[in-house]
Amino acid sequence: MAKTLYDKIWDAHVVADNGDGSALIYIDRHLVHEVTSPQAFDGLRMNGRKPWRLNANLAVADHNVPTTPDRVQGIKDPISRAQVDALDANCAEYGITEFRMNDHRQGIVHVVGPEQGATLPGMTVVCGDSHTSTHGAFGALAFGIGTSEVEHTLATQTLVLKKARTMLIRVNGHVGPGVTAKDITLAIIGRIGTAGGTGYVVEYAGEAIQDLSMEGRMTLCNMAIEGGARAGLVAVDDKTIAYAKGRPYSPKPEQWEAAVANWKQLHSDPGATFDAVVELDAKDIEPQVTWGTSPEMVGPVSARVPDPAQEADPVKRNGMEKALAYMGLDANTPIQQINIDKVFIGSCTNSRIEDLRAAAAVVKGKRKAANVKLAMVVPGSGLVKSQAESEGLDKVFLEAGFEWREPGCSMCLAMNSDRLEPGERCASTSNRNFESRQGQGGRTHLVSPAMAAAAGIAGHFVDVRAL
Amino acid sequence: MKAFTQVTSHVMPLDRPNVDTDAIIPKQYLKSIRRTGFGPFLFDDWRYLDPGTLEVDPATRRPNPEFVLNDARHAGAQVLIARDNFGCGSSREHAVWALDDYGFRAVIAPSFADIFFSNCFKNGVLPVTLQADEVQAVFEIVNADAAAKIVIDLPAQEVRLPDGRVFKFQINPHHKHNMVNGLDEIGLTLQQGDAIKAYEAKRRAEAPWLFN
Repeated sequence: MAKTLYDKIWDAHVVADNGDGSALIYIDRHLVHEVTSPQAFDGLRMNGRKPWRLNANLAVADHNVPTTPDRVQGIKDPISRAQVDALDANCAEYGITEFRMNDHRQGIVHVVGPEQGATLPGMTVVCGDSHTSTHGAFGALAFGIGTSEVEHTLATQTLVLKKARTMLIRVNGHVGPGVTAKDITLAIIGRIGTAGGTGYVVEYAGEAIQDLSMEGRMTLCNMAIEGGARAGLVAVDDKTIAYAKGRPYSPKPEQWEAAVANWKQLHSDPGATFDAVVELDAKDIEPQVTWGTSPEMVGPVSARVPDPAQEADPVKRNGMEKALAYMGLDANTPIQQINIDKVFIGSCTNSRIEDLRAAAAVVKGKRKAANVKLAMVVPGSGLVKSQAESEGLDKVFLEAGFEWREPGCSMCLAMNSDRLEPGERCASTSNRNFESRQGQGGRTHLVSPAMAAAAGIAGHFVDVRAL
Repeated sequence: MKAFTQVTSHVMPLDRPNVDTDAIIPKQYLKSIRRTGFGPFLFDDWRYLDPGTLEVDPATRRPNPEFVLNDARHAGAQVLIARDNFGCGSSREHAVWALDDYGFRAVIAPSFADIFFSNCFKNGVLPVTLQADEVQAVFEIVNADAAAKIVIDLPAQEVRLPDGRVFKFQINPHHKHNMVNGLDEIGLTLQQGDAIKAYEAKRRAEAPWLFN
């Protein structure tokens, strides 16, 4: 019988079928960070348990770490420091590999995993972070878990799971210039809604997806969770295999051929059926800008802020009214007339080398607008940072008046000191525009790196295609 | 984990869709390395007029009188009801810990985000999925009489309203069994340790690079 990619990965990881609608699924890779793991390690200690398989785990502190150069002297905020110290101590106690804050390999866990080859095709990958869906770009079944499941994974190298339904999202044709993976993923969420993928694992397919680089596919799958899907998948192709070669955790030379043969099976079979199919035309996708407090509140840069009065569903209308009040926006305002106060280029969605190149291409030779108080660029890892510096991108940003920071999650969720002040409006390449996500009372508009950079130069949103 | 069989309580009506986990427990509280003590910070941004952190005593802060959690008529409710897609966003289990610590034993909504839904079952907090019109019916009852008590009966998979209506709900048998009995899932899985080891041996032979 024709199988979907999800079926293939699931079947290869069933340890036991519990016969009650759940199965025990083996986990190949567990990524660990400081925010969702301390209670799990405490749980192990309380019950006298040990990690089941040490080398399945890779840890890195990312959420709390400062992004200023003075971090080599340590973290000033005592509460953040305690959490990072707890990760260091837990990893040392149990013998788990950790890239500490000042290691050049440190970075955002979802940038570091693939970069190290710790994420490989066909794996099951989990992390106590919803954006673990990122790793689905490799044809790996990757999803976020809560702290109890972090503990369960540490203790047993398995999870008890119920099989999800499958959704195929096909993006037909090719996108136009200036339209990126971020715009594709936002346009998909605009179509299916933030709960559209709930209960599903999504496979992305179509020419526009095949066209994407591995970085682009990571951006795409990263936001599968914002469409409600716990995991997103892209079939393995030559780009996937080329990316996976020669990294620290990649298959060894003598294992390579067998690995590639295995990976080449990682696609949905012709004729495989999905529980739901959604199709989009790539040529219809414009650069996207969110206007509300949920990623589904999104539209093309050429549009206006929608009018709640036109919404027939009372629950939705009420949600839109609340969102516009929070965002300080009037209905029918052209998106390109919205002025911004800050720019954030970074996060597990958009902090990879390709993202920094795209942003740098826009700002090169220009200056940040006078009304923009801060424009910051936060590379996804120390390795991305060095690569960008070797290409001179840091200088391009600095000359444009943008700040060039150390790697971490930074102002995507503002757990460190990078944050919006109440009422400030930000063009952000991150993934969530929820109320207060980037700082209490802050207002977030999600965009691609090129769009964020362009807004930083203009002082308001502009269409990158017109530059 | 504490067991869940039946809860009889009045209801806290939170009339919003897409209640995300950042709203349930904002990021500044995720710096705690404990599982308890999050209740005073539940829905922090909506609940207080002034900003808070772990270091600010919640008793010194100004409650937002407009927010439903501060409405004395609903105080002590063990059941929260909201609209679609409750618990979307971040995987933070702190959201469930905060609901639990505050005193909620169950949340009713027309739909839940997957990770939040799964986290609930690890902590003895029951997520109850009802049809949108059934959720509307509960809102109407609560809005008419804040003291109205409903019964959530897990073994029977029923929500019983004071006017005699009964709404059935679906639940995965595995989740139900663990909740009703308050079982430790890790302990149960470790009983399958031999199966895990057998799987690893087979897998290591087929795909050794996964164990590098």
